[in-house]
Amino acid sequence: MQTETTPRTQINGVNVEALLGAREALENAPPAAEFVWKATSEWKDGAHTRTTIGDFFGLGENQARGKTFEIDTDHPEIFAATDYAPNPLEVVLAGLAGCLTAGIASVAENRGIKLNSVKATLEGDMNLYGILGIDSDVRNGFRSVRVKYDIDADASQDDIAALVAQSQKRSAVFDIITNPANVFVTVE
Amino acid sequence: MKSSTVIIIGAGQAGLAMSRHLTCRSVDHVLLERGEVANSWRTERWDSLRLLTPNWQSRLPGYAYAGPDPDGYRTMPETVDFLSGYAAQISAPVETGTTVLDVQQTETGYFVRTDRGDWQCCCLVIASGACNIASKPRAAADLTGVNSITPMDYRNPDQLERGGVLIVGASATGVQLAREIQRSGRQVTLAVGEHVRVPRTYRGRDIEYWMDITGIHTTGLNEVDDIGRVRDLPSMQLIGTPERQSIDLNALQSEGVRVAGRVMDAAGSKVRFSGALANICMLADLKMNRLLSTVDAWIDQYGYTACGPREARAAPTALPAEPLLEADLKADGIRTVLWATGYKPDYSWLSVPVLDRKGRLRHTGGVVDAPGMYVLGLPFLRKRNSTLIDGVGEDARVLSDHLYSHLNAAAAAA
Repeated sequence: MQTETTPRTQINGVNVEALLGAREALENAPPAAEFVWKATSEWKDGAHTRTTIGDFFGLGENQARGKTFEIDTDHPEIFAATDYAPNPLEVVLAGLAGCLTAGIASVAENRGIKLNSVKATLEGDMNLYGILGIDSDVRNGFRSVRVKYDIDADASQDDIAALVAQSQKRSAVFDIITNPANVFVTVE
Repeated sequence: MKSSTVIIIGAGQAGLAMSRHLTCRSVDHVLLERGEVANSWRTERWDSLRLLTPNWQSRLPGYAYAGPDPDGYRTMPETVDFLSGYAAQISAPVETGTTVLDVQQTETGYFVRTDRGDWQCCCLVIASGACNIASKPRAAADLTGVNSITPMDYRNPDQLERGGVLIVGASATGVQLAREIQRSGRQVTLAVGEHVRVPRTYRGRDIEYWMDITGIHTTGLNEVDDIGRVRDLPSMQLIGTPERQSIDLNALQSEGVRVAGRVMDAAGSKVRFSGALANICMLADLKMNRLLSTVDAWIDQYGYTACGPREARAAPTALPAEPLLEADLKADGIRTVLWATGYKPDYSWLSVPVLDRKGRLRHTGGVVDAPGMYVLGLPFLRKRNSTLIDGVGEDARVLSDHLYSHLNAAAAAA
């Protein structure tokens, strides 16, 4: 049973105790677990859009961050665009990489595995026949996504594979990509 | 109104084991049984089912297998005979054909209304099982134009229309029915969520043997870090066959079964599957190999020799290059959807406020959150093997101790 009271030393910079504490607290306060992530966006020119991210809602109230982040998206030149920024699909890949890798670090921390380096290469397959309306049997988005991890850690190959598997099991972005969600787009 | 110190609801293995312990303590009790002894085994299982645990493993208090085939797996009629033999041996006071309609708390215990008269008791033992109702995901209600059945309705492939079958769920029930239905000449598509892959035998012994002897089966509540997760684990992918075959997704695919991810939603005749199948299978492969390594480590640690040499790990689960993400059941010729998505207990007759927000009994190791009320046979009630015939006897012993103390305390207070 858990008898240690001294704080654990962090090996991957993840505060596991805070995460486990949050889990315990939220289990007894279901409404506090309802979060809303937010973004606002504004069209600039051509395919270029700037999205601004700041506050979010969680733990029953608005969470003011006191700062904002900007993510620009555009399309590459071969789409006759300015290529000012990554295209939205590439940002989705970035979201997946960020989510899975944060998960790997957390699970590794919890399992006492020290990570030396974690690199991922992501690829998403897409057939333009979908978005161009050439073939209605071809979907618009990714048909498949491949993520290849190259991980150096003080652990066996199986233990590293288990980190990556557990991270997928608990990843929000992985879930969004692999499973459907209702999306409601309205005009005010 | 009839009266008994203890009323046990259900005369399956759990109720009988409790009856035996109460008899040993001379505690007056009665078992109320809606059908006959071992009713669920008699009436709610498919024809080909055999127990997933070997014959030797069904050890009940004062009763065990004594036949010539300790490593075999009982058919349902054999299981019914086994439990009926137990009921006779312990002279269990069973009121058969008695369905409990309502249970209410009283000042001194419980009031139990049945279709054959009313009872009062000081203590109540719920031994009506964990598998009374087949659970279906929400998507089941959104499908139209196909036959939708559950394992509770299923007896054999002959009852199914010709045409393809979508089986949702790949735990013990789903994989067994996938094999049987595919062999009947119907194309099976198996929607696979989280599952537990194990080989039937390892190093010459049944996997159940290893889980028993290494103590995995008797892992207790205090030894797991997340009891909610462990209680929700799906059953192991096992089948009881005379040939002691393993059944996994590789074996099923080699027989022609198509695999897809978990069913996420449905509309009309269209079903969408999760794209997370590869990871679900990776998790199952890793966990299986961890279990086998635990067995190896135990064998090394104790210098155990009554087994075969270390075996190579089974091949990782092979999947199609691009597993199915959606299916139009009508276009694919699928006529039947079989929801092998788990079971849950039925407490519709229980008018005592002891259920949590998800409709589960609030209990600690089988001691329910109401004085003198107990439950047996739920997943990881006290130990990993609490749902097995083999595990319920020990749970009944511990809970009968608690019950006896409760009766003494109540008597002293009166």
